[in-house]
Amino acid sequence: MPFKRYVEIGRVALVNYGKDYGKLVVIVDVVDQNRALVDAPDMVRGQMNFKRLTLTDITIDIPRVPKKKTLIEAMEKADVKNKWESSSWGRKLVVQKRRASLNDFDRFKLMLAKIKRSGVIKQELTKLKKENASSI
Amino acid sequence: MAAKRKTPIKTRNPDLIRGVGKYSRSKMYHKRGLWAIKAKNGGVFPCHKPNPKPATAVEKPPKFYPADDVKKPLLNKRKPKPTKLRASITPGTVLILLAGRFMGKRVVFLKQLTSGLLLVTGPFKINGVPLRRVNQSYVIATSTKIDISGVNLDKFDDKYFAKEVENKKKKTEGEFFEAEKEDKKKLPEDKKEDQKAVDAFLIKSIEGVPELKAYLAARFSLKSGMKPHELVF
Repeated sequence: MPFKRYVEIGRVALVNYGKDYGKLVVIVDVVDQNRALVDAPDMVRGQMNFKRLTLTDITIDIPRVPKKKTLIEAMEKADVKNKWESSSWGRKLVVQKRRASLNDFDRFKLMLAKIKRSGVIKQELTKLKKENASSI
Repeated sequence: MAAKRKTPIKTRNPDLIRGVGKYSRSKMYHKRGLWAIKAKNGGVFPCHKPNPKPATAVEKPPKFYPADDVKKPLLNKRKPKPTKLRASITPGTVLILLAGRFMGKRVVFLKQLTSGLLLVTGPFKINGVPLRRVNQSYVIATSTKIDISGVNLDKFDDKYFAKEVENKKKKTEGEFFEAEKEDKKKLPEDKKEDQKAVDAFLIKSIEGVPELKAYLAARFSLKSGMKPHELVF
């Protein structure tokens, strides 16, 4: 099982622990074996332990430690935001967030909708089963 | 107090650091002009005679002294404050009852009574909860709100819910062995009418929102995987 996502300059990562939890950041330099210099358009550039990062598939083309302006331009060019939001990982995060913010009433409506949907599915299934059984 | 000062008064003796003034006592005496007041009044401070106190009646010594010293209990001037209502509970909020006969029922909040208890109703037709008082601590407030602006709640207060006092009948021996009559007390008709009046308006607003009626009819329960500290109500 070879590795597919490498730590490199320009690798976009998701922060999974700490103050910036949930943010997308770009690895801009490597400090030492455990830490990277990390930057994002809306945060001050700082160091972060690799253990706090989860690498994504997205990379952008930047020189080592670019200026903020170059970084933002490179992110626009690579279209990081849209790539992330259309990826299945990005979409899953949106769904998780929505589910966590559901009201008690919303959860009730969701339950009713699920029951209704499974009712429709079961109806179709029994119909197909009957057709199949009658044809044999 | 003569005329008001145009600028707010500055202290005559500013602090060098906290606790140490700039001017000494003798300097302050001079600054305050006490020497001028004395001079004006012939070398002494002016003394205004106090008003003559009204003559008090002569107090007679008491006839009886108790043998031991009796301790008087300490005076308690504490006035209990009205219960603070949580910010999330406003009139028309749907609440979840957490304890008692109607545990888990979702219920509409009407108003807070003077005792601090919350006045709440099912509505009765929807989930069987009548006009009832409930303690704030036994309630979860959801963020679902219903419009109750048209309901008149003035006649409901703590006295409305007070238990009716029964006249105690003296039991003779014969009556002791008879079965207790009147186990159930019937609810007086006017209370039923009050319930209907309040609920009529509420039910109309509830039916305006889709699925809200079924929501209020269902009970709340924690299912597998639900973490109360992570749930948004």
